Amino acid sequence: MPDSLITQDMRSILGKTLETVVSYPVSASDIRKWATAVYYPDLPPAQYCDEEYAATTRQGGIVAPDEFNPFAWGARSRELAVPREGLDDGPTKPEERAGVSPPATSHTLNGGLEYEFSDVPVRPGDVITSTSAIVEYKEREGRLGLMLFTTIETRYVNQRDELVRAQRMTLIRY
Amino acid sequence: MLQDTAEVVEGFEIPPFSREANLHAFNRYAAVNDEFVDIHMDDEAGRAAGYPGAFGMGNLTFAWMHCLLRDWLGDDGRIVRINCQFRGPALRGDTVTCRGTVTRVYDEDGAQMADLDVWSENQHGEKTTPATATVTFARSGG
Repeated sequence: MPDSLITQDMRSILGKTLETVVSYPVSASDIRKWATAVYYPDLPPAQYCDEEYAATTRQGGIVAPDEFNPFAWGARSRELAVPREGLDDGPTKPEERAGVSPPATSHTLNGGLEYEFSDVPVRPGDVITSTSAIVEYKEREGRLGLMLFTTIETRYVNQRDELVRAQRMTLIRY
Repeated sequence: MLQDTAEVVEGFEIPPFSREANLHAFNRYAAVNDEFVDIHMDDEAGRAAGYPGAFGMGNLTFAWMHCLLRDWLGDDGRIVRINCQFRGPALRGDTVTCRGTVTRVYDEDGAQMADLDVWSENQHGEKTTPATATVTFARSGG
């Protein structure tokens, strides 16, 4: 059992951008379908699909539900911090996106999520740019041995460079 | 939906949001989030991963928590922050109920804020996804 799963290479990429992803323009239909899926079997709230009603609300038009993912079904561009042969858009370990070796673990769990919202919603026509970075490594001895907690922070900004949301995901690896 | 903000005090329970965790819900969510993973679609894959069968996406439970808060807040309030920990699965066939209790009510920069304990539980009353949230809303009659 190693004393630590956190290598010098891993420490060296803390806070550095892993990748920058630019969305396709968000459409009103993307928003309606998202809201339909998450409220199913109820109809989605009018805020997300009824232009006339949405115009009367605080938002003054259709907006996306807070948790909407503008990067589903592909992105207009995806730029790794360190371009590497053979890395496609599929799931890869976050360290690989920064060009360093991932920790010697064999299991990965999604430990949790935190979303922090500005008061700037996603609207039809928006193009969202996301940047992500590993911001913290922590480890502790658990039931299954040494467990590594990795926090990845992702920030979404719109085409006016306004922050839409910051999200932090905690990966548990062991 | 939140009509009388005077009722928002410590200990106030917001109206729950319940959904059936089933393949209709998982597949609709997979279709919008492009999240097609065998453990969410196939009982055998769920069993191979050590569960009784297929189970829902953590992202979907998290989305339902957002629905819980929005249904309560209405269009004039908003979620400021929400943070959850995935502890147990939403198994296919479970009834997932998201609940929230107000833990603190305060003003911040002139805005009415509330902190809540939020969680999802299954039909056995087991909390599967504990969470905390901060929301802001307009004071009624204000």
